[in-house]
Amino acid sequence: MNVVPEFDALYFADAALRMRSYRQQILASNMANVDTPGYKARDVLFSQALREQLEGTAYSNALPLSATSDRHYRIGGSLPGAPALLYRMPMQPSLDGNTVDVETERSHFADNAIRTEAAMTMLNSVLASRRLALTGNQ
Amino acid sequence: MSLMRSFQVASTALSSQSLRLNALASNLANAESVAGPDGGPYRPRHVVFRPAPILGEVAAGVEVASVKEDMRPGPKVYKPGHPSADANGYIQMPNVNPVEVMVDMVSASRSYQMNVEVMNTSKQLMLKMLDLGRA
Repeated sequence: MNVVPEFDALYFADAALRMRSYRQQILASNMANVDTPGYKARDVLFSQALREQLEGTAYSNALPLSATSDRHYRIGGSLPGAPALLYRMPMQPSLDGNTVDVETERSHFADNAIRTEAAMTMLNSVLASRRLALTGNQ
Repeated sequence: MSLMRSFQVASTALSSQSLRLNALASNLANAESVAGPDGGPYRPRHVVFRPAPILGEVAAGVEVASVKEDMRPGPKVYKPGHPSADANGYIQMPNVNPVEVMVDMVSASRSYQMNVEVMNTSKQLMLKMLDLGRA
């Protein structure tokens, strides 16, 4: 029943949904700043971000907290790491330095929304099959 | 929760764009105002945006950085009978180009609509997320 053989289906769905809503937020920011001079459109490399979340290597992206005294907390690398944000390559640069291309952002936004729904549908079916296994269809 | 932030981001965009629409409507309405409160012709206003960071989040909304007055002089029109006319019979008109304003208005309303769409999509996703696990 596992979607990706090496990971538990629930764990995978959790990471996927988290990354999907994270990306939704980034794309919403791009679309909000479509008329902001000098704003650069951002995005995440989804496959890489998801893999980092799944493998727990996302923490390596976190900023380490520097300690200048022995009495400081050592929490370097334990802050939750957000996926690296990349800059989108502009299709047609505009004079005010804004790199948001409305059509690109819209299509990515729609694509991301559909894939979020797909992840939710998949999670629902995993939950349904586990419930079936637990109750024996009673 | 990240999807909630999408709402926040889109709502900052909606209020900023509606402020821009207000400024544009004011410019268009005052295209013929030759005598403003300071005595001179009306100066068109331009709204400048800047990203508004949301605390603890990578996403950024948008806010109005400033409302700038257009200081360029408008055209001079020959109207000798006008009370504001100078010695040569010319009056200084506001520098409002209706075509420019209309184009800006279309851009603002499209941005507004796009952010409404963002809000609708986020709402649908959140409603669906609330239903997760319901058999």
